Amino acid sequence: MERLRRTMLFVPGNNPGMLRDAHIYGADSILFDLEDSVSMGEKNAARLLVYHSLKAIQYGNCELVVRVNPLNTPYGRQDIEAVVRAGAQVIRLPKTESVQDILDMELEIERVEKEAGIPVGRTKLMAAVESALGVLNAQSICVASKRLIGIAIGAEDYCANIKTQRTKEGLELFFARNMVLNAARAAGIAALDTVFSDVEDMDGFETEVRLIKGLGFDGKSVINPRQIGPVHRIFLPTEKEITSARRVIRALREAEARGSGVVSVDGRMVDRPVVLRAQRIIQMAVASNLIVDEEEMLDE
Amino acid sequence: MQLIVAGIAGTMESGDILIELEATEQEGVHIDLDSTVSNQYGKQIKRVITETLKDCGIQNVYVKAVDKGALDCTIRARVTAAAHNGSKNEDFCWE
Repeated sequence: MERLRRTMLFVPGNNPGMLRDAHIYGADSILFDLEDSVSMGEKNAARLLVYHSLKAIQYGNCELVVRVNPLNTPYGRQDIEAVVRAGAQVIRLPKTESVQDILDMELEIERVEKEAGIPVGRTKLMAAVESALGVLNAQSICVASKRLIGIAIGAEDYCANIKTQRTKEGLELFFARNMVLNAARAAGIAALDTVFSDVEDMDGFETEVRLIKGLGFDGKSVINPRQIGPVHRIFLPTEKEITSARRVIRALREAEARGSGVVSVDGRMVDRPVVLRAQRIIQMAVASNLIVDEEEMLDE
Repeated sequence: MQLIVAGIAGTMESGDILIELEATEQEGVHIDLDSTVSNQYGKQIKRVITETLKDCGIQNVYVKAVDKGALDCTIRARVTAAAHNGSKNEDFCWE
């Protein structure tokens, strides 16, 4: 089953209390940040803290992502050396602008994996595009490595780069979001939306989550545990969607049992996109505890 | 590693531990621990500090530790960071 990435909770890498509790809020992914939320004087301390936390703390089913510093800084290589060895599942590369950025990062990860005796390819990659160049190159970036599991858009830097500022309406991000989303879909990887910085404005936050869900994003980066619940609620499938998806999945199972590739509901053939959408809805419903699991659903 | 200056790492925030290391002529590791949970976990905290200093190769040292409920992994991270700060050593060992 494809992993859900509705929420990616940002945790500053030099905050032990937050590193300790990050998994209890139910986010699908946790992002340990070694980049923007860590001052230059704290880079070594934060890296040590994330390294030891990853090795010692059981984070359950949360996907463990580390945002490292770019390789053209004095910190990037040390970050990779530490977190690949500590077992980070995904490394998020900030300010990605080109295929070469991904290839350089991949080379570094592979070197560490080999030296540490870790199976090559275990550590996945996520690219974050945060500039006009990154957005325009999103299509080639998304297919630059087999390690890539997703792409995210970083809106604050992007808006500064295109000489505008963020608004609640988000018109300034319309092109970038669609570009990133389509690049991700064409490559078959996840698309993650940017953070919403005003944690007091929950109405504005929910409006933005509805917008990005409508555009097709898999989920959103969140900076406060309060933001997790609303995202998961908005991404919940409706009862009608679940009922419809159940019928499609049941028909799919029956077709498989017959050895037939043709899935039909009420005598009408169901296209593959409808089957995929039904599978996605059931996956969401299971993740949200609306139904226990797919097998139980079919028994009903 | 050899302490050249006082090595400091950590904060007084909840879940953290503030570590200050100072070289001493007295032999061994001398720990002054201030922790709200020292009755229950004092020995364990001191053990982790001592082990980490040994791993860093630091022998004769005075340690001032103010604990705010840090996990063992946090203590290791902070002691290691303090040792590197104090010895001006940027050569980290990742296993």
